[in-house]
Amino acid sequence: MRDVAIVSFSQLPSVKAIDATDEPELVQPVTSDAMKQVGLTQDDIGFTCSGSTDYLPGRPFSFVAAVDGLKATPPIRESHVEMDGAFALYEAWVRLMHGDIDTALVFSFGKSSLGSVPDILNLQNDPYYVQPLGLDSISAAALQAQAMIDAGKATERDFAEVVARSRKSAIDNPNAHIKGELSVDEMLEEPYISSPLRKSFCPPVSDSAAAVVLAVGDRAKELVKRPAWIRGIDHRTEPHALGQRDLTTSPSSALAAEKAGLGHGSVDLAELHAPFAHQEIILREAMGLGGDVNINPSGGALSANSLMTAGLIRFGEVASRILSGGARRALAHTTNGVCLQHNLVAILEGE
Amino acid sequence: MAEPCAVIGIGQTKHRESRRDLSIPGLVRDAAIRALQDADMTWKDIDSIVIGTAPDMFEGVMMPELWLSDALGAAGKPIFRVHTAGSVGGSTAVVAAHLIQGGVHGKVLTLAFEKQSEANAMWALSPAIPFQPQLVAGAGGYFAPLIRSYIRRADAHPDTGCMVAVKDRQHGLLNPNAHLHLDQTLEQVKASPMLWDPIRFSETCPSSDGAVAMVLVNKKHAGRVKNPAWVRGTSVRTERTFFAGRDQVNPAAGKLCAKDVYDEAGIRNPLREIDCAEVYVPFSWFEPMWLENLGFADEGEGWKMTMEGKTKIGGEMPWNMSGGVMCTNPIGASGMLRFAEAARQVRGTAERHQVDGAKVALGHAYGGGSQFFAMWIVSSER
Repeated sequence: MRDVAIVSFSQLPSVKAIDATDEPELVQPVTSDAMKQVGLTQDDIGFTCSGSTDYLPGRPFSFVAAVDGLKATPPIRESHVEMDGAFALYEAWVRLMHGDIDTALVFSFGKSSLGSVPDILNLQNDPYYVQPLGLDSISAAALQAQAMIDAGKATERDFAEVVARSRKSAIDNPNAHIKGELSVDEMLEEPYISSPLRKSFCPPVSDSAAAVVLAVGDRAKELVKRPAWIRGIDHRTEPHALGQRDLTTSPSSALAAEKAGLGHGSVDLAELHAPFAHQEIILREAMGLGGDVNINPSGGALSANSLMTAGLIRFGEVASRILSGGARRALAHTTNGVCLQHNLVAILEGE
Repeated sequence: MAEPCAVIGIGQTKHRESRRDLSIPGLVRDAAIRALQDADMTWKDIDSIVIGTAPDMFEGVMMPELWLSDALGAAGKPIFRVHTAGSVGGSTAVVAAHLIQGGVHGKVLTLAFEKQSEANAMWALSPAIPFQPQLVAGAGGYFAPLIRSYIRRADAHPDTGCMVAVKDRQHGLLNPNAHLHLDQTLEQVKASPMLWDPIRFSETCPSSDGAVAMVLVNKKHAGRVKNPAWVRGTSVRTERTFFAGRDQVNPAAGKLCAKDVYDEAGIRNPLREIDCAEVYVPFSWFEPMWLENLGFADEGEGWKMTMEGKTKIGGEMPWNMSGGVMCTNPIGASGMLRFAEAARQVRGTAERHQVDGAKVALGHAYGGGSQFFAMWIVSSER
């Protein structure tokens, strides 16, 4: 296996609505910035991979337009996944294992503001038996949160404490969408949106775009002083039907973390893609992340939840801290699907 | 150095206008089980799954791999979803091959599907995009001007497109899985209604329901079968939809993608060193256009190969022995069908549409506005 590292990261601040008219306007600022940080241009990039979904702009083949934001002359080696940008990073990592190229550009973009995200996400469900019920993403998450309470694994106060910590951490993150000091008691007075979820226990809906540059071995060391090495990366899925899963645990995260090599040493911090407060508790328990691990110093997806980029931003946040010397060994996580069905975990290291 | 990768299992559904007898999970499972049986494997043997399909909106399920996990026995495994427009079936197989070649997994199931009967692809391909002229006429409306340009540049015989349609449909008669089984004469094709001049109805591909699956393995597991198809070269190349000076008739991305796979496979003269090819020809005129783009003919000469019958089974360079996209077009799967049919040829398992003694074959897919390309070269020899 070749050593692959993240050498740069760029994102547009996560906000309620980005005033960009088309995909190139979303993509071009972050891809050019990520390359510029390490003195590269598209001509220096061996492979380019992106992640997005047609269901945000509401038209098929929307990613085709994003290519128009790249310099693709002469033609580039390029691919696209209908998944979060973190999975595009995974494909790029696999491509770099092939051995013939040494750099990759990964990006993702999403304008969640164009539609009603909770309703759109119902389209991920079984079209015959579940979609007709109108199981939007907040209601599905509420079922999971209630299962946590019923199993005695968490209380509403635990959820509120996760939110308070996340939004407080986000104060230091200029790219976060929602931030500030919140009182746990006040949160517990909020009306339910979908019991037991109150407004603060749910993520904001954000627009964003993000990009990272990957480089292999000596090439990475040429580009930056302290590359964020990807020591292990793995993803696993679970049965789709909610009734076939114990919603209070995440065996796929546990397995992916094991395969990524979490157990080979301690981690300083973890960026978990947990859009809902209770999901952070599930993920921490599944992966065995104790009180000594700094969870979501960026504020996490509870402070900025841009569909299709929130996962890649977790990688960017971890990498930035390693690149700057602020972290030694850390975990980046991304989820996909209803109630944490599919999870990707990577271990990144500075040395 | 990359780990050798071999195709040891291939399966596909019977392709039809509407497979009302199968749900979408049933469709993908049918292809996957056939591929596993061909590889002498069970679900338990598979380490990882790579799935491709064209826009989710064709079937109305967002990121359908989440839902299809159950049908594909994916719980506890990685399942990865690729989407690169019409080339997706090819790019999906390339990602699967790279998982093997990069040493990430040893046994990968890759598959692609489309259930076009769930929607109307032509209108799904004609969206009103802000700040862009609306296409309003599906893929045929987009490609017809490129074909007219080719005919003018190459001074091509006007019957070339009809000849390809007749030839591919004759090949399709040999393939029991093909959607269209049409015994057509040149006169019948020429008499079919003109849709987008110069594309006649009989010169277009059908809309199909179908799925295809392959089992890809590393050297250690290739011995499970006596006739693996070795992946000798892979590439994906992309160019922008619009830029000044772009040659859409003979796109640079297609030429470069072909050069990549020939270089990797050590091929210097594709016409001499490749035995047959499965190439994405959704409108019949793309056969002569791609013969030139892929280096099988000099520029302006591709149509002559078609007119001389060189691309028939038994000819100098058989193309689309299975009947190709002209007989079967489940969009998301069409690219992988090309890759899989190329592998069947070098494994010697193409039954009635087998090219005698085929050892090296090209699989090709393209998409978008002739801007996304994916190819592989497979061989009976490692």
